[in-house]
Amino acid sequence: MRMAVIFRVLGTLLMLFSITMLPPIAVSLLYDDGHVRPFLAGFAIILVLGVVCWFPTRRIHKELRTRDGFFITVLIWTVLCLAGAIPLFLSEQPSLPLADAVFEAVSGLTTTGATVMTGIDELPQSILWYRQQLQWLGGMGIIVLAVAVLPMLGIGGMQLYRAEAPGPVKDNKLKPRITETAKALWYIYLGLTVLCTLAYWGAGMTPFDAIGHAFSTVSTGGFSTHDASLGYFNSPAIDLITILFMLAGAVGFALHFMALRQRNPRIYFRDPEFNFYLTVIGAISLITITILIATRQYDVPNAILNGVFEVVSIATSTGYMKADFSLWPLFLPFLLFVVSFMGGCVGSTAGGMKVMRVLLIYKQGMREVRRLIHPNAVVPVKLGQRLVPDRVLEAVWGFFSIYMFMFVVLLLILLATGLDQITAWSAVAACINNLGPGLGEVTSHFGNLSDTAKWVLSFAMLLGRLEVFTVLILLTPEFWRR
Amino acid sequence: MKIIILGAGQVGGSLAENLASEANDITVVDKDLSRLRELQDRLDIRTVHGPASYPSTLREAGADDADMLIAVTNSDEVNMVACQVAQTLFKTPTKISRVRAGSYLNKKALFSPDAFPVDVLISPEQTVTQYISRLIDNPGALQVLEFSDGLVRLVGIKAVTGGPLVGQELAYLRQHLPHVDTRVAAIYRKNRALIPQGDTVIEEGDEIFFIAASKHIRNVMSELQPRDKPYKRILIAGGGNIGFHLAQQLEDRYHVKLIERNHERCVELSETLNRAIVLQGNAADKDLLQEENIEDTDVFCAVTNDDEANIMASLLAKRLGVRKVMTLINNPNYVDLIHGGEIDIAISPQQTTIGSLLTHIRRGDIVNVHSLRRGAAEAIEAIAHGDQRSSKVIGRRLDEITLPEGTTIGAIVRGGEVLIAHDHLRIQADDHVILFIVNRRHISDVEKLFQVGLTFF
Repeated sequence: MRMAVIFRVLGTLLMLFSITMLPPIAVSLLYDDGHVRPFLAGFAIILVLGVVCWFPTRRIHKELRTRDGFFITVLIWTVLCLAGAIPLFLSEQPSLPLADAVFEAVSGLTTTGATVMTGIDELPQSILWYRQQLQWLGGMGIIVLAVAVLPMLGIGGMQLYRAEAPGPVKDNKLKPRITETAKALWYIYLGLTVLCTLAYWGAGMTPFDAIGHAFSTVSTGGFSTHDASLGYFNSPAIDLITILFMLAGAVGFALHFMALRQRNPRIYFRDPEFNFYLTVIGAISLITITILIATRQYDVPNAILNGVFEVVSIATSTGYMKADFSLWPLFLPFLLFVVSFMGGCVGSTAGGMKVMRVLLIYKQGMREVRRLIHPNAVVPVKLGQRLVPDRVLEAVWGFFSIYMFMFVVLLLILLATGLDQITAWSAVAACINNLGPGLGEVTSHFGNLSDTAKWVLSFAMLLGRLEVFTVLILLTPEFWRR
Repeated sequence: MKIIILGAGQVGGSLAENLASEANDITVVDKDLSRLRELQDRLDIRTVHGPASYPSTLREAGADDADMLIAVTNSDEVNMVACQVAQTLFKTPTKISRVRAGSYLNKKALFSPDAFPVDVLISPEQTVTQYISRLIDNPGALQVLEFSDGLVRLVGIKAVTGGPLVGQELAYLRQHLPHVDTRVAAIYRKNRALIPQGDTVIEEGDEIFFIAASKHIRNVMSELQPRDKPYKRILIAGGGNIGFHLAQQLEDRYHVKLIERNHERCVELSETLNRAIVLQGNAADKDLLQEENIEDTDVFCAVTNDDEANIMASLLAKRLGVRKVMTLINNPNYVDLIHGGEIDIAISPQQTTIGSLLTHIRRGDIVNVHSLRRGAAEAIEAIAHGDQRSSKVIGRRLDEITLPEGTTIGAIVRGGEVLIAHDHLRIQADDHVILFIVNRRHISDVEKLFQVGLTFF
């Protein structure tokens, strides 16, 4: 472990993160909501912490190894989540206890969108803005942002990038240089956000709401500036825009990049992962709509709109609420939660296990079926025209089993804190998949849970965002052995 | 510059390493995933997995907007076809290809624009052969590099007690050799570079790089070492391409013996070579070496394609009393390990090849690049273009030009005349300027210095 370099990187990132306290200050001054102080304090504390880490080590230049990359990534996410909680903890309205402030910050940065707050409509604008902004920063990944704007990370940047980026195949760079790749990703992200803002604005949101919701839509986060979430606007146009941009956020950004560069939208439909994703969403939507109509929950147009909206919202791990789906027949919420395990595509802002992995597991299963039918057949697993190496398949299986294992362990811990089964199950699924709302006691907010449960769920969110392995390998003694 | 390198082998890998640090966008293509992963872990490059000459692979590697294609896969055929594909489908401006087989190289017409459109041919065997034969022509030198078609040479040499200048200040050189003009470009002491000043004292074991007109090289060398007798008897181990060409070049001037293991190859070699003696046997066979009077041989050159065999044979020959051993070593890790120990000179084909490749990659009009000290330093020959207004160097005295740290101007060649650099010299248009750059990080500054400003156009 090269502690000096690690601290240099951490310090730089903290200093960078302290800058993100400035927009809420500006918002606070603009709306005169009297909440400048917690953000100023947050800015000062984080900046000083950053300088303390960075200053003594600033001249040390050593290359980062893969191992350092894992450690730094987890360290940075943990530290930034704690740092992000500072303004929430310090503010008087809402006055949050530590566990709640941390939970809210983690939920923001990991783009989960689970909240402990109630009465969101009455919160000061600066706090609202800050929550949305946290999601936006976490969406593309703080480290990817850092790599884009700080050339100093250099080669080490790749190690970090790989530890943070989601998906089974991580060596795929869009451009030869890591900085350029990170920039390209952020430009696309920024572009989508701007488009989404304009669309919301045009559909009748106030500029503040439009920007705020664009932040949490494209990042597939799910925080809203209203208690009723997207239901507050009650506008089909806004619902459609939301559906579109949630999907855009959940599609791999490499795919956006290719389609943009070749100016050819057909590229999307050549991608096996994208096609599979659309098929699954389409099928689940159809089932949902059919059941909604059959059980007479809504009239036909509303059933379609609400059905599709909730399916996309949950499948992309966004977690916006439009209709209260916990009141739907229990089959539907359960189905949606199962879909949330799939999450979005590789290299997107969405959570879950990623479509690619599910697709590969499915193909692997089908391979066994074919082998049983033709015992002598040589059956490769292919994605499009490309052969998938067995090494990747093994990794996918490893990931799947660890993911499920962690899910069960966290579920048991939550049950041990005294929660009922539906609450515990949905809370863990909502957090580890970076989804947001749960069922039972946690349908609209997580405020009533015990502190222990909140800490456990905060850990679950981080685990889900960093794709389990990155966090878990730090917990093995082997990692620390020299 | 956007560069695609085909082949992640030793040359491709070191080339990517050399270039990635210089603000180039590098994409490496290879069929071996694990090689690619290893490179990508270490370097800030993009990698593409696939057959290097397939149009689909090249497109994926970004051939559409690449400035240069460097084909250095193991297969000549793949390299040549890749250049053809790049030309026909992607109109890649510069295509460099490595071609090894003599059968192709002999037919110059193959590489014209309407046949295989290769702009620059790289043949490592030829480069290495020339490199070794220059070393043999200059006894005692560690490295001999040519500029301006051989008018000027840069020589690396180790200071040995007994040379008149060892233990003296550099300025003494001028007094001692009033008729010879030379410039010491860099001194390496215990592997660290010193910037030579007039009062720098030369110590034993220093590695010294100096620049002089070719005809003065021997005079300067004898200042730093006891005068080495010219070589006479040469023993070459390994009758592959390098060994054969080397024997062919040297056989008229030296007594050359060539050891080759394979009988049929021996027959073939003996038919083509006129004066060299071809011996069949193992180069690491003690009896054979003694039989051939190894103790009276001047140079033992191990140039088989097996690193370990080369090293072992060289160590044995040295032990048996040969004066100098030169050993071809492909594995870069071995080069550092071996150089300067028992083995006098370790020759790394990658280093020599990369120098000739870098010539085409450097910006500005740069006609010669030599990579030195495992790529840490570089010696380049740049042409000064433009006029006083557009160029940052023309019309200025050498002491007025601000050079990056650790860079020295060694010599200027003006219309066939060699001028060794002195502060009062002024650079004129179309001068060839020879520079030594201790730290490769400053290369881009040097390139900028020789780029013509916009007013030129």
